[in-house]
Amino acid sequence: MKKELIELRINGRAHEVAIESSALLLDVLRQDLQLTGSKRACDDSSCGACTVLVDGVAMMSCTLLAASCEGPEITTIEGVSEHGSLAAIQKAYGDWGGAQCGYCTPGFIMTVKSLLAENPDPSESDIRDALSSNLCRCTGYNQMYEAIRSAIVAERSAATNSE
Amino acid sequence: MTQPTTKDQRPTTDFSIIGKPTAMVDAAAKTTGVGKYTDDLSVPGMLVGKILHSPYPHARIRRIDTSRAEQLEGVVAVVVGKDAPNPYGILPVGHDEHALALDKVRYVGDNVACVVAISEAIAEKALELIDVDYEVLPAYFDPEESMKATSDLIHDNKPNNLEKDYHHIFGDPDRGFAEADHVAEARFIANEVTHAAMEPHSTLAAFEIDPHTGKPGRLTVWSSTQVPYYLQHKLSLVLEMPMAQIRVIKPLVGGGFGGKSEVIPLEIIAAVAARKAQAPVKITYTREEVFWAHRGRPRTIIDLKTGVKSDGRITAVKARVVQDGGAYCSYGVVTILYSGALLGALYDIPNIQYDGYRVLTNKPACGAMRGHGTVNVRFAFESQLDELAAKIAMDPAEIRCRNLLQPPCITVNGLRVQSYGLPECIEKTVERSRWDERKGKLPRGRGLGIACSHYVSGAANSIIRSDMPHSTVNIKIDRDGGVVVYTGASEIGQGSDTMTAQIAAEVLGCSLSRVRVIAADTDLTPIDIGSYSSRVTFMAGNATLRAANEVKKLIAAAAAKKMDCQPDDLVFREDAVVSRNGHVGTAAIGRPAEQSSAATVSGRVEGQILRGSLQQKRKDEGPKDQMSFEEAVVAAIDFHGALTGTGSYAPPPEARGGKHKGAGVGPSPAYSYSAQVAEVSVDEETGEVTVHKVWAAHDCGRALNPVSVEGQIIGSVWMGMGQALTEEMVWKDGMLMNPGLLEYRSPSSVESPEVEPIIVESIDPEGPFGAKECSEGSLAATIPAIANAIYDAVGIRLHESPFTPERVLAALRAKRNAKALNLTEGVDPTSPTRFREHGGSLWFKGKGPERHPLDPSRHEPAGGTD
Repeated sequence: MKKELIELRINGRAHEVAIESSALLLDVLRQDLQLTGSKRACDDSSCGACTVLVDGVAMMSCTLLAASCEGPEITTIEGVSEHGSLAAIQKAYGDWGGAQCGYCTPGFIMTVKSLLAENPDPSESDIRDALSSNLCRCTGYNQMYEAIRSAIVAERSAATNSE
Repeated sequence: MTQPTTKDQRPTTDFSIIGKPTAMVDAAAKTTGVGKYTDDLSVPGMLVGKILHSPYPHARIRRIDTSRAEQLEGVVAVVVGKDAPNPYGILPVGHDEHALALDKVRYVGDNVACVVAISEAIAEKALELIDVDYEVLPAYFDPEESMKATSDLIHDNKPNNLEKDYHHIFGDPDRGFAEADHVAEARFIANEVTHAAMEPHSTLAAFEIDPHTGKPGRLTVWSSTQVPYYLQHKLSLVLEMPMAQIRVIKPLVGGGFGGKSEVIPLEIIAAVAARKAQAPVKITYTREEVFWAHRGRPRTIIDLKTGVKSDGRITAVKARVVQDGGAYCSYGVVTILYSGALLGALYDIPNIQYDGYRVLTNKPACGAMRGHGTVNVRFAFESQLDELAAKIAMDPAEIRCRNLLQPPCITVNGLRVQSYGLPECIEKTVERSRWDERKGKLPRGRGLGIACSHYVSGAANSIIRSDMPHSTVNIKIDRDGGVVVYTGASEIGQGSDTMTAQIAAEVLGCSLSRVRVIAADTDLTPIDIGSYSSRVTFMAGNATLRAANEVKKLIAAAAAKKMDCQPDDLVFREDAVVSRNGHVGTAAIGRPAEQSSAATVSGRVEGQILRGSLQQKRKDEGPKDQMSFEEAVVAAIDFHGALTGTGSYAPPPEARGGKHKGAGVGPSPAYSYSAQVAEVSVDEETGEVTVHKVWAAHDCGRALNPVSVEGQIIGSVWMGMGQALTEEMVWKDGMLMNPGLLEYRSPSSVESPEVEPIIVESIDPEGPFGAKECSEGSLAATIPAIANAIYDAVGIRLHESPFTPERVLAALRAKRNAKALNLTEGVDPTSPTRFREHGGSLWFKGKGPERHPLDPSRHEPAGGTD
């Protein structure tokens, strides 16, 4: 199959990649751009380990054609850290045991980012509903809720301090 | 209960690193996506491998023609069985697997050939061009049917398709049952479940050219494994290469739960393929292939009989256990032994009869999964104990307290129990769940159930018999004050690297950031038998403790000299070495003896000591009563020439169990204990069970990292809940009906209850700082706790897991003497007559269900072109 050249905007930078028209965004990220933070775990969008933000919306990159992503701003887990430091949610996931084996963690963090962007003060059931798009096999999710709550508090106090 | 003692003489509150919630040392790598798992790796010139799997559950391979595939542009090599014909298997008694099938396939998904190509798409295309001529054989799907087989055996050397059976009698069970006031007897079935770790298995294998011979030499394998050492061992067998020529590196592993604790076919195939293709090859399973590779918890049929006195004392237990092991031995012999052995060591049971059968069937092999061997039998036992408590009108928590062990003791089946936090676990869960005021008093449809469980902190006997230590750890400290710990233990998400760093930092009194853990790389790290059977904290932890103490002794000797005091008077803490009493007094008391010992310590490097001392004197004008960790390290290197320490751990002989056949499995240096209360509600209209909350107390000896311990408890309870309610591998004629994460129904966040972890610390006399396991023991209690809560809620006893709406409704209707509902009637014409019942039927004999006209398997196999 003949490859075509497309331009993807990922984590604030433009990347030109030559892809087959059937290429999936996840494979382009992982194989062509070496952005291996997004994971492949299920092949069929049932687990959410490959979640990325496309113009702020959480999407599963394992079932998204790369060619359809020309234009929008794509954010992967590699684009979450702030100024070389952990973002509040990343720090909280580490501190509260939200990540054990870590394989599902990038996907969860992207899902949480999109949740908090839409709803900065989610209730327990909002959080549960949002996270249900992703699967984790280690944590039983409990410590993730604590991590998310603590990240919200940390973000808020950081915002207050900078005002 | 034994009086808690600890090797560490400081009061328990006086730790600076352990006992405090600590983020894992690799947390940032995981939360930023920077950390590399095997499939994230690539090396120059790397090719992709894809495996051709058998479409038949049992067939002889008459012929394989790979020529058309080989001719496809982009295909580099096609590998078949005869490229690596040596058999292997995880157990020395079970070498029944081959990298790729030699003459027979034994399950749908068995490995037939492997294509190596420049891209995945080309490899997949090539798979379709391989012609295999199969002669389909009768297949066996149900273990009890399989045991009757006389012909077409799955393995020719296993009559009746019986992998292994064990028959144990401890005490006098007949007399025990005669003495009982009440006896309960029932059949329990726990259906097959799998690990479903988030990371699909992946292996990258690369040979390097030997500079002296100019031919392919050393092999490096990066693999998602829990035990690099076993992989190195099996690769050596199959490839006929010395182990020293094989380097196995474990990158980050995305969960194991036992599924990566043995050598998985792709790990061997990748290496064989790299050899034939003469290039690095990576193979990563698809999710469906992960389900075929499996090695999970076998479907288990348990015929259980328990006798109790009216005062609640258990008099005897008799269990007949049949495990549906799948097509290969895997860990099967160990699994069936655990099922019997771990009837002991939780309660005081004077008489035990155990008959265990590990049976071969034409399905993917079952192996080790979290709570290896004990989970399904524990479900049966704890359910039956609940039933007996009801019979003698005793509170279910009370009957458990009536049967406690009196440690230190050795159980009737030879298991040594020392620390025993079970009484406190029961007490705490009962208290936190407000059991006494709420049990039996909740509105109809809502109930509470209690159950207990336990697990080994590593097996006291290694599966490969030898006298080598189970864990060895090396520590190196250089002049920069950086502490490097080399351990073969495998971080698989459970926090093993963090535990290692914590213990080293605690002993050496340095900050955690000074410690770097190099783990699980067979070229760099000493042999460790890996991360399974919850052995790492206890065994690798003890080895770390010993290695760190050895280094500490060297530093203390040098620092004491500088500080003019006794080494014993030094306290290592918070990156400083401090004289406990100030140098003046101790120096006066300890001087003469210290002089002489220091002289022997110095020896050959006297000159350096002199220089070091002089410089120090110039700086400080006399001895001080405090040194920074770095200064002390520099002093020690000046004294000793190098600063390294090593420690190893082997379980003590007293902990290694009895002498009967099969006694090697079950013994452990220490057991963890768990008690749980589950609160559930049951919808009597739909049969749906909801778990609202689980209170889980776990005796982990000492919580080295409480946040990790709690995470492990919650994770175990949650995984147990999955097995109790939704998870099940559904088979039809040897075909897995739900090989996907969505269909397998691992619970999502909306179905997952709050779990309240309660840490109980019994301070084990032999554990590192008193610690025991915390990652597996809690799983087994969850299933019966939920089953017992369902009984409390609606009065039905469920004897088959998972407790799906169908099974709950069937039990509710049976209780009302109503006719069973057939929920699936007419829904799918090809479905087995007994939906969800295991095994389907032997369609090869024409006995199968009627198939849909378009179902391809309705037609005879097209002999050779499939």
